[in-house]
Amino acid sequence: MTAVVEKLTPKDFSSDQEVRWCPGCGDYSILKQVQTILPDLGRPKEEFVFISGIGCSSRFPYYMDTFGMHSIHGRANAIATGLKATRPELSVWVISGDGDSMSIGGNHFIHMLRRNPDINLLVFNNQIYGLTKGQYSPTSEQGKVTKSTPMGSIDYPFNPIALSLGADGTFVARTMDRDPKHQQAMIRRAYDHQGTSLVEIYQNCNVFNDGAFEIYTEKSSKKEQTLMMEHGKPLVFGENNDKGIKLDGFKPIIVDLNDSSVNDLWIHDEEDLVKATILSRFYDDPAKGDHFPRPFGVFYVNNHKDTFDKLFNDQMAYAKEKLGKGDLDKLIAGKETWVVN
Amino acid sequence: MTAITDKDLESVVIRFAGDSGDGMQLTGTQFTNATALHGNDLATFPDFPAEIRAPLGTLAGVSGFQIHFGSTQINTPGDQSDVLVAMNVAAFKVNIKNLKKGGVIILNSDGFDSKNLRLANVPEDQNPINDGSLTDYDVKLVDVTKITRAALADSGMTTKEIDRCKNMFVLGLVYWMYHRPIENTLEFLRTKFKKNEAVMNANIKVLNAGWNYGETTEMFANRYTIAPAKMESGVYRGIMGNQAAALGLISASVKSGLPLFYGTYPITPASDILHDLSKYKNFDIKTYQAEDEIAGICAAIGAAFGGHLAVTGSSGPGIALKGEAIGLATMLELPLVILNIQRAGPSTGMPTKTEQADLNQAMFGRNGECPVVVLAAQSPSDCFTLAYEACKIALQHMIPVFFLSDGYIANGAEPWKFPNSADLEPINVSFAKERAATDDKFMPYFRDEKLSRPWAIPGTKGLEHRIGGIEKQNVTGNISYDAANHELMTHLRQEKVDKVADFIPLQTIDSGEESGDLLLLGWGGTYGALRTATAQLIAEGYKVSHAQVRYINPFPKNLGEILGRFKTVVVPELNNGQLVKIIRDKYFVDAIPYNKIQGLPFMSHEVIAKIKQILD
Ligand SMILES: Cc1ncc(C[n+]2csc(CCOP(=O)(O)OP(=O)(O)O)c2C)c(N)n1
Ligand code: SF4
Ligand SMILES: [Mg+2]
Repeated sequence: MTAVVEKLTPKDFSSDQEVRWCPGCGDYSILKQVQTILPDLGRPKEEFVFISGIGCSSRFPYYMDTFGMHSIHGRANAIATGLKATRPELSVWVISGDGDSMSIGGNHFIHMLRRNPDINLLVFNNQIYGLTKGQYSPTSEQGKVTKSTPMGSIDYPFNPIALSLGADGTFVARTMDRDPKHQQAMIRRAYDHQGTSLVEIYQNCNVFNDGAFEIYTEKSSKKEQTLMMEHGKPLVFGENNDKGIKLDGFKPIIVDLNDSSVNDLWIHDEEDLVKATILSRFYDDPAKGDHFPRPFGVFYVNNHKDTFDKLFNDQMAYAKEKLGKGDLDKLIAGKETWVVN
Repeated sequence: MTAITDKDLESVVIRFAGDSGDGMQLTGTQFTNATALHGNDLATFPDFPAEIRAPLGTLAGVSGFQIHFGSTQINTPGDQSDVLVAMNVAAFKVNIKNLKKGGVIILNSDGFDSKNLRLANVPEDQNPINDGSLTDYDVKLVDVTKITRAALADSGMTTKEIDRCKNMFVLGLVYWMYHRPIENTLEFLRTKFKKNEAVMNANIKVLNAGWNYGETTEMFANRYTIAPAKMESGVYRGIMGNQAAALGLISASVKSGLPLFYGTYPITPASDILHDLSKYKNFDIKTYQAEDEIAGICAAIGAAFGGHLAVTGSSGPGIALKGEAIGLATMLELPLVILNIQRAGPSTGMPTKTEQADLNQAMFGRNGECPVVVLAAQSPSDCFTLAYEACKIALQHMIPVFFLSDGYIANGAEPWKFPNSADLEPINVSFAKERAATDDKFMPYFRDEKLSRPWAIPGTKGLEHRIGGIEKQNVTGNISYDAANHELMTHLRQEKVDKVADFIPLQTIDSGEESGDLLLLGWGGTYGALRTATAQLIAEGYKVSHAQVRYINPFPKNLGEILGRFKTVVVPELNNGQLVKIIRDKYFVDAIPYNKIQGLPFMSHEVIAKIKQILD
């Protein structure tokens, strides 16, 4: 193709609608990073479609000057799958919240990951129901005191990364609202991946769950509490990059690099599902003494699975090739007819 | 040898009944095809158990297939049967009450042994074969199992395999009795068992054995001829309702030039539409079996947004799940066809039984003011016409359209003088055109004279816009909580439905005079029974007419005026009174409800009795 697409700017992707999230909400940063990345993708604006469910996060499509649909609670993944199956040439994105994706839309969430359509799924996880003003969500920690759980919630939370790996997601990553660069990198990787790309984004709801991820996002604790994974690199963390993760058989252990060599560390391999599964379980409550750092980055990529949209359309093409274009009159007449004079 | 005499009959009702493993549906379908090819008019009623493999020989496992055929017009599968074929005691017990006095019973004697008696809960001393209870009937006792086994003794097949051919013996015998052509079944067996010649030959052999049995034993004094019906000239085929619906959808896809997307989740009695459509990928028919009904309709909404002819289908329980998404489609003002093949009862109800109790659900079953177009097919072949019509209205008015059918017409069959695709009304669709940066801003909720908005599909330059379930400002499509705008939009969505009345045919009287003492106003699958009843009442001198409403929301413009021409209006429905309430409310007519809620269709004699009771 020789057509030159004139380079768009982030402004081209912002709609004329006033952004209505609470001041200080983490959603602003995600909007900004997406608007920053899209011009780099070299695609005309009309090819992008953003589909969302319901929730604060799901307001997102209104602020994007692309095609968009703000649908119903939990169902964006199902709608997006239908659109992508029938219009595979479009770049389809789903914007969802933790409640939208993992409570009411849990079924569509796992089934989309299983089918693997080439859709980018950004889940804004604030561990709370924002729009309905602060009830606990399926990712809220046990014991969470909210409007609906004055004595603390008794539910165990979902671990979204483990859930996605369990549903055979082919791209599973985590990032955070407060790290624009990392977020941009993850969004770009999600776009580049062919298949369903799940990006869990830790997003601060400063009104109903302020500081939920502070320990990972604040400078003072970030290096100690997070593990920034990079493919082919050893798993190192700590204030002075002085700690690492080593595998003892299948058992991960934290080692002090002052008395242990970097060469013995676990080298992150995005294509290793078993190791990704172990990393997904680095999900301890950071308030507890002995715990692993929380991993960020790409846990797992599988580049060898055909997408749903490809398989769906390959079958269509094969049928047409094998049977030829259908003859409607023949079809209506069926196999046996008779004449009445 | 006694001579066998041929008798002419005007019409016959035969009921094949056996265990669900006995192949009665196949037997019935084959007999139907042969009868259609012979040129009779016909109607069928398959009546199968809810369980796929109910315990062998039990009452729960009985599967029946009724066919009514004749040289005159046939509207229903018949109230009672003239002939009952019963493969075992259970099948006999379930179906004997519907056999006419003096009717023929063909009994498979092997199915009346002590084991079968026990399974059907019939005491040993009440075996109908020899307890003297069948003196009112013409009983033919045939040892189907024994003869089949003998015929295939050196086939090398196992007893189990051999016993599976029993239904072909029965079919051959009944073919002989009614002078049916056997060729189409031979052809069917050759194709079906192409890869297994032994089984093919065995079935053919047993089919012929059945025929010869009639010819050579002296059990049958009569054979029957039923002359071809005097039907409108033309080319015909046999059609079942679900098949017809699928063909209607495919035709609409071809005629509109849009690929079809069918998003659904399996459910009785709608699944066959999915099975059918999934075979026609080369027609650009795309089927999607989703994880649930909500995902089925949502995927269809995604496909509609993308510019496909989008259809979702289910039965009542699934439609209940789709409610919120139907509301979304109404707000998005996208074309969407929703098929409801109704079954009986709330919740799971009676999946394999028929009812018309989802009209209220189609009309009102959503939150907020959420009107949609509602059509209801009246017969198996009408499913074609109305499925096509549903697509046409959805596409041309940018609106969700309900297509209602029911288990009775979905699985029932009739001859169909099918149309030429060239004669189908055109379906013109156009997408909004691309815009340059210098053009005026695109207005996604700008309306045309039908009040429908432009279909602006992703991928079109300059048309970037957002739609959603939150109330929209008219014209711009921006989110709006403005009080006056919400009222305006509510009215617009209603008017959009009302406007469809300008584009649909006027209501006609199906039979009877244009005015009179009583109008039978039906809808959906009750058509045949009401038509038969009306003919009978007219023949007896009653001033009765019959009209069947196929367009329910909006009604044809002249419906009120028609109602006014009759002294009494009766609305028979297989529910607790749904259409009747809408009619009373809309036209202030003191219409009389007539309801049956048994999971079964109306019998025409019941309707006749009811109307006489009202009039006499
Ligand atoms: C069918 C339905 N049930 C409930 C709601 C109410 N509701 C709207 S958003 C929401 C939860 C949103 O939480 P989440 O997905 O985490 O999004 P957030 O607002 O936190 O971004 C609920 C319960 C609804 N809109 N629709
Ligand atoms: S309620 Fe929370 S998530 Fe919603 S906009 Fe406000 S800060 Fe953001
Ligand atoms: Mg949330």
